[in-house]
Amino acid sequence: MNSLAFFWVFGVIAMLSALLCITRKNPVGSALWLVVTLFALAALFVLLDAQFIAVLQVLVYAGAIMVLFLFVIMLLNLGRPGPSDIKGPASLLTAVVLAGALLLLLRPLSTTALSESVRLPPGSVAALQQQQGIVGSVAGPLFEAYLVPFEIASVLLLAAIVGAVVLAKRKL
Amino acid sequence: MLLSPALAISAVLFTLGVAGVLFRRNAIVIFMCVELMLNAVNLTFVALAQVIGVGGQVFVLFVMAVAAAEAAVGLAIILAVYRHKQSVSLQNMNLLKDG
Repeated sequence: MNSLAFFWVFGVIAMLSALLCITRKNPVGSALWLVVTLFALAALFVLLDAQFIAVLQVLVYAGAIMVLFLFVIMLLNLGRPGPSDIKGPASLLTAVVLAGALLLLLRPLSTTALSESVRLPPGSVAALQQQQGIVGSVAGPLFEAYLVPFEIASVLLLAAIVGAVVLAKRKL
Repeated sequence: MLLSPALAISAVLFTLGVAGVLFRRNAIVIFMCVELMLNAVNLTFVALAQVIGVGGQVFVLFVMAVAAAEAAVGLAIILAVYRHKQSVSLQNMNLLKDG
């Protein structure tokens, strides 16, 4: 199979498991289907020549963030069967209509051609990855052109840690 | 060329995330739908990085950092609300609604 066929296989897996994720009544089921979506997206990242991002996707998203979600679901004991949290038919119809309209708006993006002025010559990213390595080609710009945003991200993460502790603790 | 199918898949995933936010009431599931939307955008970034330059892959790293921070703070808020209301349903969170 060529890479386009693989791409569609993993893409269909991602879309189907995302659909199952938003329609499962049980939050644990939703979380597990979201994990499947995240793994399928990691496979898509590999096919798009972003192997390092794919590894981070599995480690950070499917690993850390989803464990946090499942941990909170278990902590609040939401896994037991109960009344469905899906809204009534009127809201459901509104949601489907609005989502359909959004999809119609987003769909042309995939068919419009990029202008030649922003497009790099074909194979130049692959050549860069060959030259600097897969991690090096991402780390280079991260520590040069994007150094200030990188430092701000570390401050943001520190603020999030402190904020999470302050919010979740009963008494400081 | 994988750009066009990647953007199509990303559009569908984003739409599913929006639909989930619109028709669910459970705060944690809505949170997971937001993560789904962030991942759809990540797919767009990675797909365009192949054509425009590796800057898109760097941006995915930032999106992941912000998503991690958002998940930690958001789930802490959900825990705090659960302690007050004994529920994570958004139907019960109407403190700021008048009447």
